[in-house]
Amino acid sequence: MNLVLSPVAAIGRSTLAIMGAIGRIAIYCGATLSHLVRPPFYYREIWNQIVQIGWLSLPVVGLTALFTGGALALQIYAGGARFNAESVVPSIVAIGMVRELGPVLGGLMVAGRVASAIAAEIGTMRVTEQIDALVTLSTNPMKYLTVPRVLAATLTLPLLVAVGDSIGIFGGYLVGTTRLGFNPANYIQNTVDFLEVWDVTSGMIKGAAFGFIVALMGCYHGMNSGKGARGVGKATTNAVVSASILILAANYLLTELFFTA
Amino acid sequence: MIELRDVHKSFGTKQVLRGVNLSIAKGESVVIIGGSGTGKSVLLKSVLGLVTHDSGLISLEGQDVRQAERDAFLARFGMLFQGGALFDSMSVWQNVAFRLLRGSLKRPVEEAREIAIEKLRRVGLKPDVADLFPAELSGGMQKRVSLARAIAAQPDVIFFDEPTTGLDPIMSGVINELIREIVVEMGATAMTITHDMSSVRAIADRVAMLHDGVIKWSGPVGEMDSADDPYLRQFISGSAEGPIEAVR
Repeated sequence: MNLVLSPVAAIGRSTLAIMGAIGRIAIYCGATLSHLVRPPFYYREIWNQIVQIGWLSLPVVGLTALFTGGALALQIYAGGARFNAESVVPSIVAIGMVRELGPVLGGLMVAGRVASAIAAEIGTMRVTEQIDALVTLSTNPMKYLTVPRVLAATLTLPLLVAVGDSIGIFGGYLVGTTRLGFNPANYIQNTVDFLEVWDVTSGMIKGAAFGFIVALMGCYHGMNSGKGARGVGKATTNAVVSASILILAANYLLTELFFTA
Repeated sequence: MIELRDVHKSFGTKQVLRGVNLSIAKGESVVIIGGSGTGKSVLLKSVLGLVTHDSGLISLEGQDVRQAERDAFLARFGMLFQGGALFDSMSVWQNVAFRLLRGSLKRPVEEAREIAIEKLRRVGLKPDVADLFPAELSGGMQKRVSLARAIAAQPDVIFFDEPTTGLDPIMSGVINELIREIVVEMGATAMTITHDMSSVRAIADRVAMLHDGVIKWSGPVGEMDSADDPYLRQFISGSAEGPIEAVR
């Protein structure tokens, strides 16, 4: 009987665990949103996080975009050559970068760099009683730790995406003009002609959503870190994995929302 | 001043506090002793609201701590944590002046720094320590900085969680003396948890022994050695034989 029921019990346990986690994250998300609009605001902390999350992520996002733009140009050229459509390279690189690859790869790179750092920092603070110390010093950890990080990531990721888009398009331009024989002026003209404002803004809106997800997952897993080095390590891993999966899921939902008639 | 009446707290199926009764008068220094894992830290954190007790009443000057306005309530407390719990991203003076740099007690930065340096001096640290980071300090210095942070905003009540853990006997003696001096000087109410008997003798006016989730014995520190409570006797003597089960 046990042999028959144990897989069912395992599925039940997993389902309950997943539902429980979704519920806890939803409550944490609601609490974060409510604290986002209520004072006090720690402006210095917000600024520090803007530098940590936004400015210091620029090299990673920029390099990712540069190589992705270049590789995309090569792929589109090779694919387009099958039906004599090599000329679409500039427009497809531009649209592909700003709508999809810029925000998604930027979000994933920031998830790797920032969600892990946030979870490790807050997790260590939890383990070493620094979070309890904050409370005894009349400071709400949600306001002091979570809100500045979530706000900073939500505000800076769209800008990172915009910069990443530009660098990605430049990567495509470099490869297109130096390796694929495109005329520089024509390449730029094609890019400008086919790119619409909504292409760029939709990517930036995605960036804001991904920034919110990255910081929220980092803070949530850090705050709920287990004890010791193992607990913090697990929190860090969970933060990156959950942020990455949620970014990909949110990307699909937002694409469905923005681009299906 | 602080009253605990029939306080219960469980974590899952594990009952940690099973009806704790304890009164601490204003200006009194009470030390709670007991073996590891007997719920001393849980008791202390319950008073501060860091842990929510399941039933019973914890009150500060007659007011239920769960109904108190949090900021005003916490502004009356200072706490020295077991590991120091210093914020490692901030310099020493910013740690000490944390409360004075934000919230209702906010002061201008220069004034907050001056107060921090004065508090550091009070715990025996020189002003040149102020700009160092906690990671650059020894364990004893970190405890002193944590003590300076606990007293920076002149709290009415100070909690000390294992103040001498991890320190050598000489440094333990120094910290114990400092705690006693500061508590007397400020006229603060103090609640300390420890299993270090030298701390008990140096800090306490009154001692309470927590075992199996209840206070087994409570009395003035002068009566501790002559008390005939078997739990207290075994704890003071450090014997493996007695009513407290020792896992070998």
